[in-house]
Amino acid sequence: MLEIVTSEFFQRALIGGLLIGVTAPLMGIFLVLRRLSMIGDTLSHVSIAGVALGFLVGVYPVAMGLIFAIAASFAIEKLRKAYKSYAELSIAIIMSGGVALASILFTVGKGYTMNVNSYFFGSIYTLDNTDLYVIAAVTVIVLVAIWTQIKELFLITFDEDAAAVSGLPVRNYNILISILTALVISVAIKIVGALLVSALLTIPAACSLITAKSFRQSVMIVVFVGELAVVGGLLIAGVWNLAPGGTIVLLLIAILLLLLLVRRGVRLIN
Amino acid sequence: MSASVTNLQEAAGCHQEVITLDKVSFSFQDQKVISDLSFGIKERDFIGLIGTNGAGKTTLLRIIVGLLKPMSGQVRLFGVPAQQFKDWNRIGYVPQKNSFNPLFPATVREVVLSGLYGRNKLFKSITKADHMKCDDALHAMGIEDLSSKRIGQLSGGQQQRAFLARALINNPSLLILDEPTVGIDVETQQSFFHMIKHMHQHHNITFLMVSHDMEMISSYLGQQPAAENGKLKFYIKHSHETQSCVENNLAHSLKGLRMKLENGGEK
Repeated sequence: MLEIVTSEFFQRALIGGLLIGVTAPLMGIFLVLRRLSMIGDTLSHVSIAGVALGFLVGVYPVAMGLIFAIAASFAIEKLRKAYKSYAELSIAIIMSGGVALASILFTVGKGYTMNVNSYFFGSIYTLDNTDLYVIAAVTVIVLVAIWTQIKELFLITFDEDAAAVSGLPVRNYNILISILTALVISVAIKIVGALLVSALLTIPAACSLITAKSFRQSVMIVVFVGELAVVGGLLIAGVWNLAPGGTIVLLLIAILLLLLLVRRGVRLIN
Repeated sequence: MSASVTNLQEAAGCHQEVITLDKVSFSFQDQKVISDLSFGIKERDFIGLIGTNGAGKTTLLRIIVGLLKPMSGQVRLFGVPAQQFKDWNRIGYVPQKNSFNPLFPATVREVVLSGLYGRNKLFKSITKADHMKCDDALHAMGIEDLSSKRIGQLSGGQQQRAFLARALINNPSLLILDEPTVGIDVETQQSFFHMIKHMHQHHNITFLMVSHDMEMISSYLGQQPAAENGKLKFYIKHSHETQSCVENNLAHSLKGLRMKLENGGEK
């Protein structure tokens, strides 16, 4: 076990995982509380199309994925306005559009399919220095934005109308949330994979909804749960030679189930 | 219609106009909701806005606070066009009770403090003075014991008091209430309305309240609407009709009211 843990590729994976274990759950809490849980899935699926294009034209795939994710988040906002009371429609349309585009791009560049596949399920052991720098930069951006704007983000998340009536530029904040989410997702897909990224956004938030007594607490809980799952998942995956992305997500679900059981137990006792 | 409004405005004396609507129109997909509405609300007026579902009550509120742009006409807040208005902390806003998810992990204190997070406070962290303002607002509403409870755990009436506390934390000169008593039991509704009336009579606050509860509005604002527009009816109590004494300490005066109410005094 020690050999794996001390190996360079594992330590890179651990650094990348620790960083994304902070940012993804933090963005997730704002998305979940605003009933936008599915947005993570949508953006990651569109991002994959960008990654595929990146491989095709020889541009850093994560960067191309990011551009696609940002474009998709704006498209969702536009469609959301067109179908006001059926906002989830826009998410379904954009998600299938992303997968469709990705599938075409895969077949165009057949020789590259192996690489693209790793973005579907994640390949945390193949993180290179560039990846780590990009992840670190995204982490800094997200943390600074949340640290300085937490009050405003809280108000917009809790009551968008009241936020607007207090003079907050709600539209700009929505754009900020979209861009931060796109940033986090496009760097996270190489770690846990496009199909699993939304788990890292939503499940820690789900855990905090049943345990946190305040917003402050829930911010701390999501980060704790995210880190616990990433570190624990990587260790378990390393020891038993399992797929790291899948292990992390299953561990997240296990934590959530455990919390639900504990809560039920507490209720029975009371 | 608008002629009667103008007359009422003249009768109200020379107070500053808090909200001015100038020939405001709005339609939803070819359907005119508000047409050519001109209207002025002066300092310490109490306006009750009544209408059936879909009459455009909430639409009008959203236009007034700049959430929606009118198709034509202009809105002025404290004399300033709504688009250029900056003094948002002069306006307190109380939403409908059901506007948030009961599972939302936020304490009453966090919600009330968020009333301070306007545009002017960008990048500023919460200070001790902010917490004291929050204590005052909680105290005024008599919910200081609930400050660390999750907002979703409160009863409907308590939640509404928390939202009122959030609106009052800035000492606003205008309080906008959007159907504040929907989903609250009758008794709590009455005590909530007592509190609103008391604030109007004893403090320097202008009120704009959207409601569908005719009885409650007409008991305070009279049977006859002062103006109508489409299906919207405006009931007004002007500042000169209210008692002129203004108390400075809201928390103190509301506490007095609550004690009276508990002893079955003021009805």
